[in-house]
Amino acid sequence: MNNNSITTKDVTFKVFRFNSETDYLPTYKEYKMEVTSEEVVLDILNRIKWDFDGSFSYRRSCRHGICGACAMKVNGKATLACKVNMHEMVELFGNEITLEPSSIKRSVKDFIIDKSDFWEKHAQAKPYLEAEIDETPTMENLVSIEDNDKIEDADLCIQCGACHYSCPAVEINEQFMGPAAFVAAYRFGIDTRDDAQGERLDTVDTPAQGVWDCVKCYECADACPKEINPIDKITKLHNMVFESGKVRKNVASRHAVGFAHSIKKHGLLDEGELVRYSEGNIGVLKHVPVALQMFKKGKIVLPWNMPKSDNLDEIQKLIKSSSTTKF
Amino acid sequence: MSKLKYALFTGCTAKESTPEQMMSTLAVADKLGIELVELTEASCCGASHLQDYDDFLSLVLNARNIAYAEKHGLTMVTICNTCQLNTAMTKHRLDNNAELKARVNEKLGEVGLEYKGTSQITHFLYAIIDDFGLDKIKEMVVKPLSQFNIAPFYGCHNIRPSELQNETHKTPESSYRPTSLDDLIIACGGTNVDYEEKNKCCGFHAELQSPKTAATLTGNALAGAMDQNADWMVTPCPLCHLKLDTQYHHASVAIGRDVKMPVLHMQQMVGLALGCTPAELGLQHHVSNVDFV
Ligand code: SF4
Ligand code: SF4
Ligand code: FES
Repeated sequence: MNNNSITTKDVTFKVFRFNSETDYLPTYKEYKMEVTSEEVVLDILNRIKWDFDGSFSYRRSCRHGICGACAMKVNGKATLACKVNMHEMVELFGNEITLEPSSIKRSVKDFIIDKSDFWEKHAQAKPYLEAEIDETPTMENLVSIEDNDKIEDADLCIQCGACHYSCPAVEINEQFMGPAAFVAAYRFGIDTRDDAQGERLDTVDTPAQGVWDCVKCYECADACPKEINPIDKITKLHNMVFESGKVRKNVASRHAVGFAHSIKKHGLLDEGELVRYSEGNIGVLKHVPVALQMFKKGKIVLPWNMPKSDNLDEIQKLIKSSSTTKF
Repeated sequence: MSKLKYALFTGCTAKESTPEQMMSTLAVADKLGIELVELTEASCCGASHLQDYDDFLSLVLNARNIAYAEKHGLTMVTICNTCQLNTAMTKHRLDNNAELKARVNEKLGEVGLEYKGTSQITHFLYAIIDDFGLDKIKEMVVKPLSQFNIAPFYGCHNIRPSELQNETHKTPESSYRPTSLDDLIIACGGTNVDYEEKNKCCGFHAELQSPKTAATLTGNALAGAMDQNADWMVTPCPLCHLKLDTQYHHASVAIGRDVKMPVLHMQQMVGLALGCTPAELGLQHHVSNVDFV
């Protein structure tokens, strides 16, 4: 690159600082710098350490976007520090930039976080092949190209935790396994050489920890630096749980199935009936106070007024011929 | 500019629990001179749940909906973020996978339909901003919302996954720093409020399965807007609206703080600025107090 094309920007960085051994609360320290168009976020972290404060701590290793160590957040956006150009971040957010660890509440020292929750949940997914192995094989254990393709990009996960610490369900629900663990459960569950698929599906079908507690916010899809699209794998795990025929029948699974019933009957969704079908006749009672308020405001359609799609027969015919799963 | 015309995919809530969404869409389209042809044959998009149960069925039904828009030769306009995502995602998958498209068309052929991939899909928010134009909206404002601090609530499925949404919207916006709704608030004469939760999840899709997570997310969003002195919130998604407007009680319990504020549909905000009456915009259907109008 020709030197003339290098540009600079003045940026004020607000940087998260915390030492769990000495501090009660974190602080944000300000560092002003002239940033060149060639620098990535990691260069800024280095300069803070080298030029301003040698005690500043963070993780990095490969500097090539493959070890996952440098995952952190720029203005709340999950970022691999070694991969993301700083000027691009300034273009997006302006020249006041907040740098924080992946998870503020898990900071041990500055950007170094305690990732044990991530690893525990990852381990829950059994991120390895379980198979009876012939110790004296006469040929390789071959996988067809077609079967290998099903693994998709799930194999590329570098366990950086960007998705995990961007996931609001992980933040609120301590048991929720989180997107990266689901990527692993999918990666090994879909592998034809693996014998533990049933066990894995059972794990991800468990209420509170499993796939049903995902709020479908797609934060993980945007957070992942390897473009793995974890929620796409979560959808596939849902499908696998249903296809296995061993799905737990509860409010979560009935909620998904309820859509098919309703569409078959009306084309549209019967919202009230969906809640009753999902919750059951007793469970639905807890929704009565909100339903009454809504009824008063003309927000509940009574069964006999339920609208229907035109050409409903077409929809019904398609449901009959295109359904691939039974419940 | 020739008259804008779209095939309207209403989704289910506009026909049921958010009648005001339908009323305000029609009122605003009328004011702006936008013609909407309702796709009365359309089915539910599956709301991101049917696909968990039966992905192929979800594709076929969504492709059928798009096929009807194609029959009219029109861009499909949605008025729900989740309808937008499911429909746009179906289009993306079929347009990029000839084999899948053929399998889906084999089914659609049974009812005399074909998915071609000729219709675009956009949300009414983006139709207003990209096709109609913010400057023209600004010129048409008769009752500027100048006395209000308005908190935009974007809703996940209009802004994420960014790759898909950037391919769908004419003006790409960052899911980490979306601007469309802020720009629209300003065009209507209001003051846009910046707060951390504006591009976060309201929790709607996990309300039955994971009530605590869902209620906490709703509470955080309402509290975030309140803490920045918002007078009210505005959202382009009827599902976010339902969650924020009707579930504030659960949200208050979940976060241990009283959170309640008026939440308007994007169309209602535009309608008020354009001089529609509250009744035309269906404000009487709100559960939270909307006395400020
Ligand atoms: S889509 Fe689901 S798994 Fe992904 S970040 Fe959101 S809640 Fe978490
Ligand atoms: S799925 Fe992506 S974001 Fe999540 S841990 Fe793996 S590489 Fe990181
Ligand atoms: S240092 Fe290895 S991914 Fe950034």
